[in-house]
Amino acid sequence: MDPSRKRAIRLTVALTAALLLATALIYVSFNAGREELTASQLLVRARQGQTYILAGTVLPGFERSGASLVFRVRDPKKHVAAEVHYTGIIPDPFAAGRGVLVTVQKQGSEFVGQPNSLTTKCPSKYQAAAGASY
Amino acid sequence: MALVGRSLLILTFVVAIYGIGASLYGARHGRAWVDSGRRAMYVLFGMTLFAFVILDVAFISSNFSYNIVASSSSTTTPAFYRAAAIWATQQGSLLLWVLLLSMWSSLALFLTRNKVREIVPYAQAVMFGFCTFFVGLNTIFANPFSTSSNPPAEGAGLDPLLRHTTMMIHPPMLYSGYTLLTIPFAFAVGALITRRLGAEWVAVTRRFALAAWIALGVGILLGARWSYTELGWGGYWAWDPVENAALMPFLCVTAYIHSIMIQEKRGMLKVWNASLILLTGTLSIVGTFLVRSGILSSIHAFVSDPTLNISFVVLIAAMVVGSVYLVVSRRESLRSEARIDSLISREAAFLFQNLLLVALTAVIFWVTFFPLISEAITGTEVSVGPPAFRPFVVPLALLVVGLSGIGPIIAWRRVTVAKLRRGFAFPVLFAIAVLAALLLFTDAAEHAFAFLMFVFGSFVLAAVVQEFFRGVRARRAMTGEVPPVALFALVRRNRRRYGGYIVHAGFSIALIGIAASTSFQHSRYATMRPGQSARIDGYVIKYLKPTANASAQKITFGAVLGVYKGGHQVTTVTTSDGFYPSQDPSLGILGRFFNGSQESRIGLHSGFTRDIWTVVDPTLGPLQGLINNGDNVFSAELGKVNALPASQRAAALNQVYAYRDVAITELTSRFITHPWPVTFLLIISPLVMWLWIGAIICLIGGLIAIIPAPPARRRTRARVPARTAPPAAAEPVPVRELV
Amino acid sequence: MLFVVIVLVVLAAAIFIISGPLRATHMPSEPNDSSRVAELEAARSAKYAEIREAEFDHRTGKLSDEDYEAVDSALRAEAIEILRELDPEEPTERATIAGE
Repeated sequence: MDPSRKRAIRLTVALTAALLLATALIYVSFNAGREELTASQLLVRARQGQTYILAGTVLPGFERSGASLVFRVRDPKKHVAAEVHYTGIIPDPFAAGRGVLVTVQKQGSEFVGQPNSLTTKCPSKYQAAAGASY
Repeated sequence: MALVGRSLLILTFVVAIYGIGASLYGARHGRAWVDSGRRAMYVLFGMTLFAFVILDVAFISSNFSYNIVASSSSTTTPAFYRAAAIWATQQGSLLLWVLLLSMWSSLALFLTRNKVREIVPYAQAVMFGFCTFFVGLNTIFANPFSTSSNPPAEGAGLDPLLRHTTMMIHPPMLYSGYTLLTIPFAFAVGALITRRLGAEWVAVTRRFALAAWIALGVGILLGARWSYTELGWGGYWAWDPVENAALMPFLCVTAYIHSIMIQEKRGMLKVWNASLILLTGTLSIVGTFLVRSGILSSIHAFVSDPTLNISFVVLIAAMVVGSVYLVVSRRESLRSEARIDSLISREAAFLFQNLLLVALTAVIFWVTFFPLISEAITGTEVSVGPPAFRPFVVPLALLVVGLSGIGPIIAWRRVTVAKLRRGFAFPVLFAIAVLAALLLFTDAAEHAFAFLMFVFGSFVLAAVVQEFFRGVRARRAMTGEVPPVALFALVRRNRRRYGGYIVHAGFSIALIGIAASTSFQHSRYATMRPGQSARIDGYVIKYLKPTANASAQKITFGAVLGVYKGGHQVTTVTTSDGFYPSQDPSLGILGRFFNGSQESRIGLHSGFTRDIWTVVDPTLGPLQGLINNGDNVFSAELGKVNALPASQRAAALNQVYAYRDVAITELTSRFITHPWPVTFLLIISPLVMWLWIGAIICLIGGLIAIIPAPPARRRTRARVPARTAPPAAAEPVPVRELV
Repeated sequence: MLFVVIVLVVLAAAIFIISGPLRATHMPSEPNDSSRVAELEAARSAKYAEIREAEFDHRTGKLSDEDYEAVDSALRAEAIEILRELDPEEPTERATIAGE
């Protein structure tokens, strides 16, 4: 076979594979993605049975019992908080005032945290520890 | 000395700008200016080092007049962590970046002072450009030498999670990787500008790319190890954006160190290599930006500084636009000197591997940045979790593993089918034997990914062993050496090749460990009192006894667990949870000792076949009532003390604090005397240790490959007649000793 | 006051070091085509490495005799081209090459 024709075929195969991969990636991303919402957005938009990622700051006064946790996540900009009932791994840095991400599902009037979906932001390396006093 | 440090930073900024000008001027007006620029880089490194030492001394001596020392260190922080806490801050970590950047740049310029003379001025200018940017950030936006005229008596201390040896080494290794990548990036830019696009610029920067690969790999490994042994979730990789930020340039530089071999040998893939290293360098800056910007929700995301963010975006945009312009405008000079002869050749295998690695990088990039992409398109930030990665990452990883076994077997340029059969016979048979054994004796087939990874990994290991065997046999045929000597000499004289084979072996071992520990892991929660037990994966875990300890640094509650199988004790593991005192007075005089930062101490028993991993969550609910009562009592006592005359107050206060310490000790010991049920997370992970072993093997292979080969001995009668096509002139081409 | 002294010393040292090449009375001149020679020398080294690798692949059984003959001939022809291009610029290079 003519070398330039071989190269054209190889290029076509490679580009086709890249296109298929890109298409699959875009499809999966939009289908499997979950909205990341603040507390105020969650309270307004959440629908029964849907899962969302809630981002915000933990308010003081959470209740912890073994692997179960009931805590409130404050909206970064508004005076609104969403209460989450969670069971699963509780990261060490979890504390009042820390940033968290948790996957929640609206069940009835409650937001139930998906097991082991709670992540706490590492206390910022680039600012003073929360509550520090000098 | 803070003033000295600040002045040094300003001087460094001026020197960096001078370096850009001198390098560019010297490119056209004389070598003296280029040499002056090179010396400016040495000076820049020296001044940065001086500034770094000043800052580190401040940390070690707990000089809290420095704001960053007060914010991230304390007198109770152990000395090693005090010395390393400098890069636990934005300002200090940027200074470390500049230090490493100037160090590697100085080394690169020193080693190339008499080479690639047309390229060096522009490469030098690019290096100074990076230095100017990062020193500028340090000087203008993130001054590490800011001081307070009213320093605190005690600092806030280093976060307990960072008090881990691996966490102190992890940032310097990652930064070394990122900064080392700027070297081939800079030389690529210089080569493109000057259109000197032969193999020379690749040859002089190859080791820097390999060093970057090693440093990034070690940094990623340390981060994974820290996650596994320090964080309380039992995993080593979470596809967090900040983790991905280091993985992307790592994958790209892996592709690059393979594809440059093709350019060196065949003069091919010039466009690809130039584009790839420009992309890799850009991704290293993107990674640095991701960590510091907070633009993506991440467990690691730190405070967001808009000024810093904009600066990084501008730099990244300049790198992208500049790179695209250079590659497109120089495409004529980047024409290949040859073509791939056959799809069954090492060139083709390398190219295919490159495509897979870049595809993997593209997938990770897309999924990492998807929240921003979706927000730009739909107005809503949508996150894609790890499950979305797997359908793409797993098949791509399997193909990369497979190719890492195929590449060593086949030769450059082309190979006959008969030779191919001979080369593949042993590895394929071995892989089939492993497949059969897994099917007959294990349930590995229940998890297709893991099963395939075991089989592919076995193929790779067999291929590598075969290569070593053949090489030793060839050497022994020539020299008559005994096998160990022949092996040593073989590796010594062919470090790049055999170092690479060792890396491939380590890589497949690591992926076998990942596959097994991911797919066959058993985990469960168990709430137990002392004496109770729980079952997991054929093991019985018994809560033997509680432990508790109170010290000035922290209060620790823990447990000793016995692990049994088949009625026999396998081991004991000890796990604990530490509570560091909080500085927040609102938590109460006693309460602040029990409600501060927490740090788990994992109970880990590692073995070649499985790890037993445990962590305890000693919820302090049963103590909280007593703590609250104690807070009230001590609060009242302190009120009385404050009402005393000043002359009596100090002694009274000391007595109150002495009683406080007794109360803390008594409360702590209740965990032993009146134990309550606590929750454990228990995990049995098979073959995890092989991940770490495989990674260390990769590191060894990389170090072997990076060391220059010893100078070849003269072959006195090596005049082999050239077999040229007619008209043939028998031009002798002397060749150095081969093996 | 101390910090002023330290900074001035550092500044003076920096200026002295950086200006060194600019103060030098004589800079060795380079042949105009030195970069081309360097490129050819790099290409020559790479070609020698390829010849060695092909021989090694042949010894370890990756290349058949026929394939090795073809590959080796091609590589040596390419090496000769490079040597010929180097030759006019470095008349004494044959001894140098053999002595590597």
